[in-house]
Amino acid sequence: MTGPAALAEARPPERRVRAYGVGRPGWSALVIAVAVIIATPVLAVVLDGVGSIGASTPPRGLAGMVVTTLALMLGVGAGSLVVGGGLAWLVTAYRFPLRNLLVWLLVLPLAMPAYVLGFIFLSVFDVAGPVQSFLRSAFGAGVWVPEVRSLPAAVLVMSLSLYPYVYLLARSALIEQSAGTYDAARTLGASRGRALRRVLLPLARPSLAAGLALVMMETLTDFATVQYFNVQTVSVGVYLVWKGTFDFHAATQLAVLVLLFAVAVLTGERALRGRARYHQHGGRGQGLQPELLRGARGWAATAACVAALAAGFLIPVAQLLVWAAGQLFSDASALTDARFADYLVNSLMVAGITAASCVILSMAIGHAIRLGGGRLVSFAAQLTTFGYAVPGAVVGIGVLLSFAAADDALERAGVPGGTGLVVTGSVLGILYAYVIRFIAPAYQSVSASLEKIPPTVTFSALSLGAAPRRILGRVHFPLARPGVAVAVMLVVIDAVKELPIVLLLRPFGFTTTSVWVYELARENFWEKASLPALVIVAVAVVPVFVLVRQTRRNESLGILAKEVRP
Amino acid sequence: MTARAEGAASGPGAPVPPALVLEGVTKRYGSARGVEALDLSIRAGELVTLIGPSGCGKSTTLRLVAGLERPDAGTLSVAGSVVADARSFVNPERRRVGLVFQDHALFPHLTVARNVEFGLDRLSRGERRSRVGELLDLVQLAHLAERYPHELSGGEQQRVALARALAPRPAVVLLDEPFSSLDESLRAQVRRDTVATLRDTGTTGVLVTHDQTEALSVGTRVVVMNNGVIEQADAPEVVFERPASRFVASFMGDADFLPAHVHRALLTCEIGIVSTVPGWADSDVDVDVVLRPHEVALRPAADATARVAAVEYHGAFVLHHVRLASGRTLRSWQPHDVRYPVGTAVAVTVAAGTSPTLLVGDRAVTSPPADSLGLGGSAAREAGSPDDIVPTEVPR
Repeated sequence: MTGPAALAEARPPERRVRAYGVGRPGWSALVIAVAVIIATPVLAVVLDGVGSIGASTPPRGLAGMVVTTLALMLGVGAGSLVVGGGLAWLVTAYRFPLRNLLVWLLVLPLAMPAYVLGFIFLSVFDVAGPVQSFLRSAFGAGVWVPEVRSLPAAVLVMSLSLYPYVYLLARSALIEQSAGTYDAARTLGASRGRALRRVLLPLARPSLAAGLALVMMETLTDFATVQYFNVQTVSVGVYLVWKGTFDFHAATQLAVLVLLFAVAVLTGERALRGRARYHQHGGRGQGLQPELLRGARGWAATAACVAALAAGFLIPVAQLLVWAAGQLFSDASALTDARFADYLVNSLMVAGITAASCVILSMAIGHAIRLGGGRLVSFAAQLTTFGYAVPGAVVGIGVLLSFAAADDALERAGVPGGTGLVVTGSVLGILYAYVIRFIAPAYQSVSASLEKIPPTVTFSALSLGAAPRRILGRVHFPLARPGVAVAVMLVVIDAVKELPIVLLLRPFGFTTTSVWVYELARENFWEKASLPALVIVAVAVVPVFVLVRQTRRNESLGILAKEVRP
Repeated sequence: MTARAEGAASGPGAPVPPALVLEGVTKRYGSARGVEALDLSIRAGELVTLIGPSGCGKSTTLRLVAGLERPDAGTLSVAGSVVADARSFVNPERRRVGLVFQDHALFPHLTVARNVEFGLDRLSRGERRSRVGELLDLVQLAHLAERYPHELSGGEQQRVALARALAPRPAVVLLDEPFSSLDESLRAQVRRDTVATLRDTGTTGVLVTHDQTEALSVGTRVVVMNNGVIEQADAPEVVFERPASRFVASFMGDADFLPAHVHRALLTCEIGIVSTVPGWADSDVDVDVVLRPHEVALRPAADATARVAAVEYHGAFVLHHVRLASGRTLRSWQPHDVRYPVGTAVAVTVAAGTSPTLLVGDRAVTSPPADSLGLGGSAAREAGSPDDIVPTEVPR
């Protein structure tokens, strides 16, 4: 009897419950403590900045700084949008000579920090550089040239080094997200042009907005590059006020201003993205088929791509190599300069400790979330990652403020001298600020790996009598190792490249490779800066290659599928 | 509030406490319903199946027992010790509750032997090794001890998961739809092996399933849940033949319902006299009668008012949908060689010997409702067996 009954009663399996366990007080408390530690400096900046309004005179030229910051951000944003968006469009919609190679090479400027590109630009175009020398010899000493150390030049340099953010996001939006929708539009009778305008571009808008936001945040956080160009942004203001006058309140007030800019950027991104969350992953299809550009038009497209690549990466690298070679030939001791090794060791040590701290904290947070613990723990975990969106100047001032407060508290508690020179005299402040800034990418890759572990695996381990700590060591950590490796790499590289925070927080006499490059470049010792700059570029190229390889693997699969299809 | 689960399994004389006891266990998720006042007692060595539609609360029940959720009210005991009540909560790793999941959830970075060994870290090395060997022999996987999970078939993975769960000798093993990820062809064999292993080791098991056949054929007892409450917890044949509610009747197998009337112990409905109802001699009451397709007989009759409305061929059986004069439909299983064309006039009767379940409201009744004694005299209670199993309370 049950035979036919079963036939008649075949039912779909029940929906899986994705919720985790009931949580553990200890682990949950740890996450909340990390969140508090990470949020404290930024909170301190806001409280001190807002609380001290009127207590000290605002720094001179405040209005000018705000206007300059606004102009720089809008300029770099527009520049990156034109260059990055335009190139993404070119390589996606058209086929032309060298296109397949250029698709990947165009990402390379990501490995060229703006503060390196900036001094190379100055060396070429400034008064003493080859371009102006040539102009003077050709047209006489009185020939007019635009001011090189100026806002437009800063916009140009930063756009060239930051456009890959827009390029990458726009390109992935154009090829991945909208293939199915584009196909649907074409089958509904839309022409290629109409499908582009009415479907692809609106669908790419959120990605463009995200890329633009990244570019603007990077612009806002910079206060080294812009100083080459005598551009006084608010971030520069924070740095100069702090280093020049050690006036806490004035510096924090400016830092609050920087924070407001950051909030404006993020709000703007939200608004641009609108309510539309175009994250289509299921939409498979042919998508946009690139159109062949023939003859001169094709070569013009190639030239446009090569120009951006040359200006943003090839020429600067060539220049660095020429300088470095010249140095080595004239004075082979340059490489054996003790400072070279010392500063590199400093960079790597700080980066290594930062990476280890970020990964350990990320792992602990991810583990606590898998044990459950509810909204508060999830919120705290979210909170730990917001530092990535806080400009370096704000984080730096916030760390100084928090440590000063800790000092006061200790002294009041009867410890003479408080923490002493622990902060200003050691790299502790730099490490603290680095963890705040870089825990987000670490957490993202670690938790991406952790999320691939089915919750049932964690539950099984629990039911087999394993306590949370044993699960962390025997199950979660071994299974999350790929994510841990990526996290370490990302943080180390970001930390080696990082400049503003070290400038603000380094103890007297502590120099890293990036600081050295900046100092040499500011004194116009271009040749001397070339070797450490090359080291930084070489380090920064690594993640770009990894990134390219990953995307390439995915995409070549897509291309393969397209070719196999009749 | 619902069918009382067969409690007091271990009387005062029994030395072994029940493997699992739920008393008034309640879990609510905001406005959404979780489970409400669950009462259930499972004897050591019993294999209980837990079944119900999606969202009925069976997964929540499992998570509560495993310690992955904290109950809002009630008491949960495993092997005689309280693991969750209003004041205390024992973490899952200290509960002695084993888990086997649909996706097997093996540790992908550990070999089969290491997977089984994972829960044995409190034993000495020698004890661990012999226990692992014992379990791999039990599930006949000794030859695959050094393989990694991804090198195993689905059925083998399932056996490893079972061996791993049994290794620390849990008081109760919870199996969450352990066969539904397996191929249809493989499922029956793996199910037989699993049940045999559980029986051979005397393991207490709770098997969650959405498959009615599985629930009826595997369990020594079937717990039917709906909407967060236990509708019935009884032996399989009782659940099928004496469903406690309208829901159980229609969920566990096919059932049609017809308005009926009991008068002087005679049950009548649209298709005529169905049966006699012993013990209802004094009643005069409206009820609903539950008719399953195998209980409904058909016979072509030119003067009949019922018509065959649709015919479905199911291989061994042919399912006839019959429209009665009132417009209600009944279903009837006919042997594979009987097929009445659509439109045939048929006389509908109930197969001889059928004593169908009666419903008042949505609950099954075995004795006349107290307020329905229209004929005077006292309600003679049926002196017989099923009374103590099927709930008799007045519907809500």
